[in-house]
Amino acid sequence: MSDSPSLRTPSQRIAWTTTILVSILVFIFLIAPILAIMPLSFSSGSYLTYPLPGLSLRWYGDFFNSPRWMNSLKNSMIIGVASTALSMVLGTLAALGLAQWKSRFKPLVLAFVLSPVVVPGVITAVGLYFFFAPIGLTGSYLGLILAHTALATPFVVITVGATLQSFDTNLARAAASLGASPLEAFRRVILPLILPGIASGALFAFATSFDEVVIVLFMAGPEQRTLPREMFSGIRENISPTITAAAVILTTVSVILLATLEGLRRRNERLKGGG
Amino acid sequence: MTAVSEAETKVPLKRRLKQAERARQLKAMALVLPLLLFLLFTFAGPIAGMLWRAVDDREVRQVLPQTITALANWDGKDLPDETAYAALASDLQAARAAGTIAVAAKRLNYALNGFRTILTGTARNLKSLPEPGTAKETLVKINRAWRDRTTWTTIRDAGGPVTGFYLLAALDLVRNADGAIVAAAPDQAIYREIFARTFLISLGVTALCLILGFPVAYLLAALPPGRSNLLMIFVLLPFWTSLLVRTCAWIVLLQSKGVVNDSLHWLGIIDEPLRLIYNRFGVCVAMTHVLLPFMILPLYSSMKAISPAYMRAAASLGAPPLTAFLRIYLPQTLPGIGAGSLLVFILALGYYITPALVGGAADQMISYFIALYTTETANWGLASALGAVLLLATVLLALVYGKLVQGQQVTGGMKN
Repeated sequence: MSDSPSLRTPSQRIAWTTTILVSILVFIFLIAPILAIMPLSFSSGSYLTYPLPGLSLRWYGDFFNSPRWMNSLKNSMIIGVASTALSMVLGTLAALGLAQWKSRFKPLVLAFVLSPVVVPGVITAVGLYFFFAPIGLTGSYLGLILAHTALATPFVVITVGATLQSFDTNLARAAASLGASPLEAFRRVILPLILPGIASGALFAFATSFDEVVIVLFMAGPEQRTLPREMFSGIRENISPTITAAAVILTTVSVILLATLEGLRRRNERLKGGG
Repeated sequence: MTAVSEAETKVPLKRRLKQAERARQLKAMALVLPLLLFLLFTFAGPIAGMLWRAVDDREVRQVLPQTITALANWDGKDLPDETAYAALASDLQAARAAGTIAVAAKRLNYALNGFRTILTGTARNLKSLPEPGTAKETLVKINRAWRDRTTWTTIRDAGGPVTGFYLLAALDLVRNADGAIVAAAPDQAIYREIFARTFLISLGVTALCLILGFPVAYLLAALPPGRSNLLMIFVLLPFWTSLLVRTCAWIVLLQSKGVVNDSLHWLGIIDEPLRLIYNRFGVCVAMTHVLLPFMILPLYSSMKAISPAYMRAAASLGAPPLTAFLRIYLPQTLPGIGAGSLLVFILALGYYITPALVGGAADQMISYFIALYTTETANWGLASALGAVLLLATVLLALVYGKLVQGQQVTGGMKN
């Protein structure tokens, strides 16, 4: 109770206690579903209920021995890594440009660059489906990589842009005055400083691609089905414990991404605090 | 003398600076350009293409070109004259040979139910080109629908090259034989209800997110940073967990033999399993779960910015806690409430996956129908028109959102 803002009257204490109780319920609501399906993936039975009849790794065995699931995991990785790389390049360049660009059209350009995040997935997917089909980009890795890059790049622009805002432009000038070529100044001065921003942008980009399913639903052929796409079919048909194993694997990837991002943020704060 | 030489050196310097600045600006633009071109190809172009499909109407014109030309001068009051019948007979012969009847039949059937049968039947029974002057007689003999004025206005109105037909249909409107815009037949007027449903579900989910998110954001903002960072994991972990995983989790929890029903049964609270999923309840619960972090995060940052000094000042001036909260604290959280609610609402409007997996037939939102008409029935015009309406709503709300956050969150603080 010592954390509370200022609790002098009983009514304030009641309000604060209520806030805490409601918050605990909301935290349970947020986290319990994710935690609840994890043990089910270790069940030895094939029903998705508690109590578990016994523990086993058979559903993970199922997952890793199934060509369908393994192919989808491979596809998610290929598309995720490729679109992350592409969006890092495009997004970083654009953020660098936007930071220096002074124009009354800038808010408009910025709104356009960020709009893929806001436009409903179905609209982007339908548009791409019509647009890519005649040029042979549906049912291809390239088409999916390009589409995911469009969705992921705004996150890189945002995170790199945020880092650039705290970037001291005098450092670039100092590098230039000491005889560094623009490319050298970028590589040895600017890049190391904005790297945390690029890295968090990359994590967001990868998470976006790794989680995306609407565009994949419209554009992927049987060969390009990703992990979320395979889960979508699985949930539609009949939820087997193999799906819970896939869910645990996906969640593990999310936790790793989140932990890396948090680590980057802490490091950044420490550096800022130290400097 | 000195003044002159100073002016002489000043002008070139000014010009040089200006030139350097211009070069910098060009370089900056060149850096943004690759992304702009990329998005033009992978995002703006495709969406523009979709919007074009919402008004594009060239199928009938391509299959029945002579008929469309012949009908161009028709006043539409009476039946068209013999030339139109002859043109149609000639078009049908050509289209049958080319195998394109189905293309026009499909489009005309959208406008007038049963037209497919009329057109394909007529083409099939038209063994040869009728003698000059007997085209009308021949066609009417094959199908009496050709004596109907509506049959002909339908062809004329589908003559393109652009049409408002799909956009009107998306709003449950049609043009009648006289060209006036009227309400669509009740069995085809389903889209307003679907838009209203989409709107209602989004509104309900937004309200739930606000009710659940407000206390959490308040708690996180009031706690010292160490503890709030720890609790923030409860918000960020679901935020980062795959949508499919979360949707799957809710199905496992809520299905009739799921964890919740089993537990309630075991506790003796219920005898029969409750119907918790594949209905509106399931959709709202799962969507609230997915979207709640989008409410908590903007609320949290707006509450974090409120100085506790205001509340202390209010208290020291004699305001009771509730009054201070309602009149000092709450108004300052309004931008956060607005931003969070708009964000959740915008995202909810376009939801497809979650309702498709945890909703029943009566809970599907507009995105579901856009997808359905694109991939299943291939009514691309209608899919695009519904998409255009959804896009318009999203863009308008996003503009309001942009104004509200004034470039703070949405631009990542890049606005100078």
